[in-house]
Amino acid sequence: MSTLKLDVVAPQGRILTEEVKSVIAPGTEGYLGIRPRHAPLLTSLKAGVLYYRKVGDKVECMAISGGFMEVGPVQVIVLADTAELASKIDVEKARQEKARAEKQLRERPPGFDLVRAEEELQRCNAWLKAAAAE
Amino acid sequence: MSSMREIKRRIRAISNIQHVTGAMKMVAAAKLRRAQGQVWAARPYAQKTAEVAGRLARAPNARQLPLVAPREVKKRCNLLVVGDRGLAGAYNANVIHVAHASLLKADQPTSLIIVGRKGVQFFRRRKVEILQYYVETGDEPDLALAREIARNLMEIFLNGQVDEVGLIYSRFYSALRHVPQVETLLPVEAPAVETVETVDYLYEPEPVKVLEAILPRYCEMKVYQALLEAKASELGARMVAMDAATKNSGEVIEKLTLSFNKARQSAITTELLEVASGAEAMKAQG
Repeated sequence: MSTLKLDVVAPQGRILTEEVKSVIAPGTEGYLGIRPRHAPLLTSLKAGVLYYRKVGDKVECMAISGGFMEVGPVQVIVLADTAELASKIDVEKARQEKARAEKQLRERPPGFDLVRAEEELQRCNAWLKAAAAE
Repeated sequence: MSSMREIKRRIRAISNIQHVTGAMKMVAAAKLRRAQGQVWAARPYAQKTAEVAGRLARAPNARQLPLVAPREVKKRCNLLVVGDRGLAGAYNANVIHVAHASLLKADQPTSLIIVGRKGVQFFRRRKVEILQYYVETGDEPDLALAREIARNLMEIFLNGQVDEVGLIYSRFYSALRHVPQVETLLPVEAPAVETVETVDYLYEPEPVKVLEAILPRYCEMKVYQALLEAKASELGARMVAMDAATKNSGEVIEKLTLSFNKARQSAITTELLEVASGAEAMKAQG
């Protein structure tokens, strides 16, 4: 059976390179699944969990905070704004950050950026969800 | 010939300087390693973003997007990235020289946004409008700063304050080679050559929406990349300069030691002569 090469890169560097059987990614228009020999596709991603089935049929996941995905017949490249493998997520830290974002959204202090705070909240939710799925 | 004490003092002074330059070289080398790692790490993402943005920008209806559409250039703004500190050989001077030259030959009024104290010091005394400056940005450029700068640049470009945004920084090739560069950041240019094979992509959502989302990130990445490359270049230049300084002070110390020994020798000779002639005189008297 053919496989896909999954590459996840973020500005800080390469996060993951792996041979996978399938990928499920959080597209802006909803989650979408990719199997080998998919038609070329370019889509933007929102904050969420990226699942991938490894060659041994083990499903792993990571959290991403949005970005892009380029799909070719044999490879998938994810350009993530930030990404973290589920196994490396610090749940405590994510909880604290989520609490802070929620507090900001409630209190709306001066100089507060609504769009950014909401993005931050969604990112934290993605982080926690990925950690829970692990 | 200078006195022995004077020479000795100079030797001590220079060996102190040698210690400082030696330490600075080590520090720069260690920091350079990290900065270089960051540059390499950021390249795949930057390359990919540029590729995708370039491909999308060629689409016919992409031309109307405000970040892509070229307009008549009445005002220009350059982002200049240099170092905060000197003692890095000709690094700062080279980049500033390029920036100044491009300023002088520009046909349109050009303003500047500067990262790095050395640039601010130079251009403050010149007839240039400095829109903004950032100093003491630390040894590891972070993405948050790049985002802030990129957002500012996009804002002044979009609200019509300037019609073109340039990027002047030193591109890092190796510790020994870094070349000042002038690039155009905005409007985003589609790559002239057909670098990538044209594949019919499915877009989700439609191409212009995807492009709209990717362009700000593309700009942020370009600025981030410029900050990283400039920092690596600066550290490389500093390492090389300090290495040369350490070697040179070694040479100077050697020369001074030689003249110190000569001075000592001649002092001994003079003293011997004095003793001998004194004894001779005593003998003659007695």
